[in-house]
Amino acid sequence: MDIIETKQVCVSYEKQLTIHDLSIKIPKGQVTTLIGPNGCGKSTLIRTIARLLKPSDGSVFLDSENINGKKTSDIAKEMAVLPQSSDVANDLTVKELVTFGRIPYRHRFSTLSAIDKEKIDWAMEKASVQDLQNRRLSTLSGGQRQRAWIAMAIAQDTDTIILDEPTTYLDLTHQLDVMLLIKELNEKEHRTIVMALHDLNHAARFSDQLIAIKNGFLQTSGTVNQVLTKDNLRNIFDIDATIVEKDNKPLILTYDRWKKGEAV
Amino acid sequence: MNRRVKFSLQVIVGLVILAMLLLLSVRYGANQNSDATVFNSFFHYDSSNVDQRIIRDIRLPRVIGAMLIGAALAVSGGLMQSVTKNPMADSGLLGINAGAAFMLTLCFTFFPKMSTLNTTVFSVIGAGIAASLVFSISSMKKSQMSPTMLVLSGMAISAFFTAISEGIALVAHLKQDLAFWHFGGVSAVSWAQLYRLGPWIIIGLIAVMFMASNLNLLTLSDDTIKSLGKNTMAIRLISLICVVVLSGISVSLVGAVAFVGLIIPHIAKFLVGTNNKKVIPMTIILGADLTVLADLIARTINPPNETPFGIIISLVGVPFFIYLARKDSSQI
Repeated sequence: MDIIETKQVCVSYEKQLTIHDLSIKIPKGQVTTLIGPNGCGKSTLIRTIARLLKPSDGSVFLDSENINGKKTSDIAKEMAVLPQSSDVANDLTVKELVTFGRIPYRHRFSTLSAIDKEKIDWAMEKASVQDLQNRRLSTLSGGQRQRAWIAMAIAQDTDTIILDEPTTYLDLTHQLDVMLLIKELNEKEHRTIVMALHDLNHAARFSDQLIAIKNGFLQTSGTVNQVLTKDNLRNIFDIDATIVEKDNKPLILTYDRWKKGEAV
Repeated sequence: MNRRVKFSLQVIVGLVILAMLLLLSVRYGANQNSDATVFNSFFHYDSSNVDQRIIRDIRLPRVIGAMLIGAALAVSGGLMQSVTKNPMADSGLLGINAGAAFMLTLCFTFFPKMSTLNTTVFSVIGAGIAASLVFSISSMKKSQMSPTMLVLSGMAISAFFTAISEGIALVAHLKQDLAFWHFGGVSAVSWAQLYRLGPWIIIGLIAVMFMASNLNLLTLSDDTIKSLGKNTMAIRLISLICVVVLSGISVSLVGAVAFVGLIIPHIAKFLVGTNNKKVIPMTIILGADLTVLADLIARTINPPNETPFGIIISLVGVPFFIYLARKDSSQI
């Protein structure tokens, strides 16, 4: 079953079309990753699915309902979004940040309910930031900070979590931590994950489905093994990749620039 | 629990200081009063007694005015800092001071006999016009009132109105009349003005207190706020309308008082942390404390002459501003 579907979505920015006629389906309970070169429209698509951008044409469906007709506060109970890390809320403590995740459930003047408190603690525990809960974000390392943001998204307690390049600016170890956390959310908590990633090996290892975008068009989509092929990588990234197999999934060993017309 | 007790104590201390300052303000000034006169003017009022009449008709309105205006300017500054994500912002950035000064200049030039009450109302309108221009310019682009556009258009509109009013003032020889307004002072606040404008300040302050939790959200990016299901445009617009009402009225009553809106929210944050549910009440109390104190000093430092209290606030404010700027830059 598909939790999110876009039908002929076009998005234009400053009068230029950045996404053309994109129709994709994102299956429920799986990890779906958008891949593609810089500026291909991954982030634009993520932001459109997350209702942060309005499509100029076409529509986005969440659980078979057009998100355009849904109340944004109701969507916030079904879908949590972690935008690309541009936030500078450095004065906040980790706990204050995670508490924001409960906003969609709170009424105007009410204080935190018992359920809110329980979910906040649970989210901090999942993301292993409980020991940091009283630290200000400005005092944390990049990896800790990203885990705190993910904890906020977890606290929102939604079936779907959308992440835009969650591992940017992190070192190897912290990238892995974040990816393992996302995988765990999918496997143990059965959350549907949609994300954009640059690292193709992470995309291959941690995703079920891949969607490749280039120049605002859908290039190809399907399971990891269907999408990550030598031919597709040439078309999407203009690279000649040496692909091996590890744990039944493709792994890119190394790659070179592919010059069109060259023999294989 | 511990934090809550600490906050209650801070509020109580702030209020006690305010009460003491209010009493001192009524008692001291160009005309010194005995405790008995102060007491009698409240509880056994004798309208034939000159001292008692001074307290009731002149001192009381100015002291209450100082209190309300201090609270209003301080809260407006805090709101502007949240909305623009700029710790150095205050309500002047919305073009309010320049708009009010512009209308005042027009009144002085073309209707020199207009009553103070009416010029005040006109300058509130001027503040509103300038602020709506700033709103509409900064939301013209798709970015929907981005902090940067807001600050830039505020500066542009301020410069525009200031240029016109300076020009008119120069031609009409108004420098003297406007000088006191530019430094600010509460000496002329009357009961009539308070009756007409005071309730709006009180309504504005209450509205801001109800918005505290939404203001906390503004520390996040617009994308994050939207993804939590909240409307940033609405939060910003309501905040800015409160700023226009609160500081538009204050500026019209007492002139362009600098630094209250800038420093008080920061002192409040030092004391109670970053949660606006605590910061806003604290800002209101401290703002009232500072202006009442500054007014008291302004009229006791060199009696019977009055020192414009804007000068006193700036004397305290500038060193603090430098301290703040240095502290901020060391964090980057």
